[in-house]
Amino acid sequence: MQAANPTPPGFRLFRYAAPAEFYRLAGRVVPFVAAAAALLGAAGLYIGFFVAPTDAQQGEAYRIMFVHVPAAWMGMFIYVVMAAWAALGLIFNTRMSAIMASALAPTGALMAFLALWTGALWGRPAWGTYWDWDARMTSTLILLFLYMGFMALHGAIDDPRRADRAAGVLAIVGVVNVPIIYFSVQWWNTLHQGSSISLGRAPTIAAPMLAAMLVMMLAFWAYCIAAALTRARAIVLERERNAEWVRSLADTAP
Amino acid sequence: MSWGSWQAFWAMGGYGGYVWGAYATVALVVLGEAMFVRARLARARRNAAGTRKRRP
Repeated sequence: MQAANPTPPGFRLFRYAAPAEFYRLAGRVVPFVAAAAALLGAAGLYIGFFVAPTDAQQGEAYRIMFVHVPAAWMGMFIYVVMAAWAALGLIFNTRMSAIMASALAPTGALMAFLALWTGALWGRPAWGTYWDWDARMTSTLILLFLYMGFMALHGAIDDPRRADRAAGVLAIVGVVNVPIIYFSVQWWNTLHQGSSISLGRAPTIAAPMLAAMLVMMLAFWAYCIAAALTRARAIVLERERNAEWVRSLADTAP
Repeated sequence: MSWGSWQAFWAMGGYGGYVWGAYATVALVVLGEAMFVRARLARARRNAAGTRKRRP
C-alpha cells in the first residue's frame, strides 16, 4: 500500500490476482456486501409477505417462489462462474482462479439443494407431487451432483494444484448441463412450468410479486458473493500459510 | 396485503407447512453457511498466528 513502488495504471487490476492483494480487498468489500444481503433480504421478505397479493390460482403457496426462483438462478449462475474460473486457472495457471472456483462450489451446491427442496415443497400443493423425474428437476439434481463431484474430487487429491486441475476439468465438462436446465421447459413438455420472467417478454406475474422476486434475487446475489469471498479468503490463508505476508497478519488487526 | 391476524399469517391459507418449511430451510442453510465460513476464516487466521509464534 506504500507509494514507494508505484504501479502503472494499466496494471492495477492484475494486482488483485495476487492472493495477498485479493485477501485485503475482499476483506474490505465483504462487510458491505453482507449488509446489503441482510437489508435486501428483509425488504424482499416484507414485499413478498405483506405487499404481494394472494395468487388467484395457487393461493398463498406461490410465496415459495420468492426463494425458489433466486436459489435456482444462483445454482445455475454460480456453476457457470465456477467453470469460468476453473478454465482461467487451467489456461493461465493463476492461483486465485482455482481458489475462486473452490470457494464457489459449496455455495452453488447449497443453492441447487435449496432450489430442489423449495421446489418439492411448492410442487406438492401446486402439482400434487414432491418430485417427478421431469427434465428440469432431473437436470437440477444433476447440477447438485456435479457440485458434489467437484468438491469430492478436489478433496480426494492431496496436492492442491493437481486437485485444482482435475476438479477444474470436471467443472468445465459439467457446464453443458446448465443450458439443459435453462431450456428444459422449452425443449421438453415438462411438469415444471415455463419462466415467469424472461428477456424480451412481458412478465406473467403481478408487479408486487415481480418486485419481491427481484429484490430477493439481489439479496441472494449479495449473500452468495459475501459467502464465496469469505470462503476464498479462508482458502487463501490455508494455502499460503507459509508465506511471509500471512505470518505477518498475526501482528495486524483483522 | 393485509392478513387480518397473525394466526392467518402463520396459516398461509392452509399452506403454512409448505411455505414455512421452505423458508425455514432457506434460513437454516444461509445462516449455517455464513456461520461456517466465518468460523473457517477465523480458524485460518488463528493458524497463521500460530505459525508466527512457533518461529524463533
